[in-house]
Amino acid sequence: MRHEASPRPVEPRALHFGDEASRQDAAHLGMWIFLATEVLLFSVLFTAYALYRLTYPGVFQQAPAHMDVFLGTLNTFVLVSSSILVALAVDAIRNGRDFAAAALLALSVLLGIAFLFIKAAEYTKHVHDGALPGAWYAYEAFALPGANLYFTLYWVMTGVHAVHVLVGVGVLVTLALRTLAGEFGARFHTPVELGGMYWHLVDVVWLFLWPLLYLT
Amino acid sequence: MAPSHAEPSVAGPSYLDAERGLWSWLTTRDHKRIGVMFLAVLLLMFLLGGVFALALRVELLTPGETVMGRLAYNRAFTVHGVVMVWLFLIPSIPTAFGNFLLPLMIGARDVAFPRLNLASFYLYMLGAVMTLWGVFQGGVDTGWTFYTPYSTVTGREVMPVLLGVFVVGFSTILTGINFITTVHTMRAPGVTWMKVPLFVWALYGTSIIQVLATPVLGMVLMLVALERVAGAGLFDPSRGGDPLLYQHLFWFYSHPAVYIMVLPGMGVISETVCAFSRKRPFSYRVIVWSTVGISFVGFLTWGHHMFVSGQSTFGAGAFSVLSMLVAIFTAMKIFTWLGTMYRGSLWVSTPFTYVLGFIFLLFFGGMSGVAVAVTSADLHWHDTYFVVAHFHFIMVGASLMAFLAALHYWFPKMFGRMYPEGMGIGTAVLIIFGFIATFLPQFLLGNLGMPRRYADYPEAFQPLHVASTAGASLLGFGFLIVAVYLGWSLRHGRAAGRNPWGSEGYEWLSDSPPPEFNFHAPPRFPRPPHDYANPGANTEVEHAA
Repeated sequence: MRHEASPRPVEPRALHFGDEASRQDAAHLGMWIFLATEVLLFSVLFTAYALYRLTYPGVFQQAPAHMDVFLGTLNTFVLVSSSILVALAVDAIRNGRDFAAAALLALSVLLGIAFLFIKAAEYTKHVHDGALPGAWYAYEAFALPGANLYFTLYWVMTGVHAVHVLVGVGVLVTLALRTLAGEFGARFHTPVELGGMYWHLVDVVWLFLWPLLYLT
Repeated sequence: MAPSHAEPSVAGPSYLDAERGLWSWLTTRDHKRIGVMFLAVLLLMFLLGGVFALALRVELLTPGETVMGRLAYNRAFTVHGVVMVWLFLIPSIPTAFGNFLLPLMIGARDVAFPRLNLASFYLYMLGAVMTLWGVFQGGVDTGWTFYTPYSTVTGREVMPVLLGVFVVGFSTILTGINFITTVHTMRAPGVTWMKVPLFVWALYGTSIIQVLATPVLGMVLMLVALERVAGAGLFDPSRGGDPLLYQHLFWFYSHPAVYIMVLPGMGVISETVCAFSRKRPFSYRVIVWSTVGISFVGFLTWGHHMFVSGQSTFGAGAFSVLSMLVAIFTAMKIFTWLGTMYRGSLWVSTPFTYVLGFIFLLFFGGMSGVAVAVTSADLHWHDTYFVVAHFHFIMVGASLMAFLAALHYWFPKMFGRMYPEGMGIGTAVLIIFGFIATFLPQFLLGNLGMPRRYADYPEAFQPLHVASTAGASLLGFGFLIVAVYLGWSLRHGRAAGRNPWGSEGYEWLSDSPPPEFNFHAPPRFPRPPHDYANPGANTEVEHAA
């Protein structure tokens, strides 16, 4: 039964799990713990944001007026849509529709790349304005004390998030290719589910960054 | 009770012989080999950190400049601290002994993610190389805590060290994820949560701290790096930032890190106390729940590092009380160990000698911890040798004694050989005595007002410094003897047999050294570990399939 459950040969070291179900359990638990570490990684930035928002309340309320709210909101829609596509891909692969799963993954990759391009366009605007982090800050239209801290946090938070998007795109591309190669199917699809979980986390983090940095 | 000697080993090569050649080691996914590789590298790091410790003690032998200038002294204590804390103490027991023993102790073939385990080793190596490269590039003088704003303005070599520590942190996280998942999903039939060996419980608690605290450290080190590159200003008051934020975030990791160092040690002691008292633990449940308690409360104490940094009075008071809570859980543990020994059939072996040293030093170091947790007393002792002595009692006195106890207790399991027992006990006594001689004078120095991190001091302090340096020399000599006789025993020690201590821990049911997949057949554990009422009740089942 065990060999039927997995299309790939099971190595002796993994035999101890007994069956595919408990291997999956272990993989999922490991991923959940990893996602918890990611949340804590971002929590440092959220803590810093909270502290400086308390210190410079005026600055943090005026700053969104200097952001491109349209592009930020567009990016939210892009990322949420790709997250939905990934969820559909996971559903497809569970039901054995391999090609549909690969296609959905490919679409969400495109949206991920679109997100990065929109982000890059935004960054270009900030560079043009001189709204750079720390010592490089030279945005004359918004020169209150503490404004440099807002933009420092903006760059760090969205930058770290963008790195995660980049990694996520790489993961999704790999998953799509391996799905096309027939490695995953109704019987074995743990990597697709784990990759999906990661992508949802990236999405969720953005859903916190968006109101903090663009709205108010 | 006399040790039960070499039963003839039946079948199968051990993990050491299953494959041969350097390449088979470097690409192994066997948790036991990874543990041994970690052990080898960690011992090298310990040697490096120890050499710098002795250099510091030599400099402090006389007032004024003895062997090095002030900048060199700052760099030397930074190397000592960085290497000992980040590259030795934090990874030591979990990566070396945890990797080797955790699967054996729950009857598993390996950890849940063997490839991730190897990745963790290489990340550690990469981080260690980056850190040391920065350190020897010219030296870092920030101390191991990298306090801002100083760390953002001093020499460029801080960058590789920050990034190196960041990478080592990743290795820690991966090990933590692996251990938690393994304990949850890979326990053999019969190993219920309340039958999990105590060392595994300690590793589990440690892993939770590692997983929850290390990302915070990683990000804050990134922010310091950014501060250096872009003048980010988050921790720089001249740009509107708050330097205290760095301390909050840093100690949010680094205070729990103390429990990353001590908890696995406590697990080692719980195992060895049972084995050498020939008794089941005095309240398994108290030991387990105090482990969980320390993992939890450890997160709530970080503010006691900032009593004099401009923290609010209320904050200081709250952190003071929360810090004292740790002592309650620690005391619970000490009572259970003493209760286990009480009316036990004590066997004074080398590991047990270290256990006795551990209990005494932990008690002493812990009580001085309660003393410095009192805000008013801390004002007097803050940043003096009193604090240095206190944390060396915990980190060296407790972690290192437990490390040595583990090394001697599991040496036969890992390598299948015994070491000269008389030599072991004698050296253990020497090391404990050398330790007390080194750090007891430092309590007195601190109380007299000798500040930490100073290369120079008034004449009046010299007798105590001389005593401390003399103790450090004894300590170094003791480690040298341990290295010599353990190295000799690797080759020439007599064969240990499956269970030389007659222990009832699950790991001793496997051969010494264990075969490649730990057990020849799936093991059955109907009895709890450390159950000395029914010796030999747990068995390895032949041909269960």
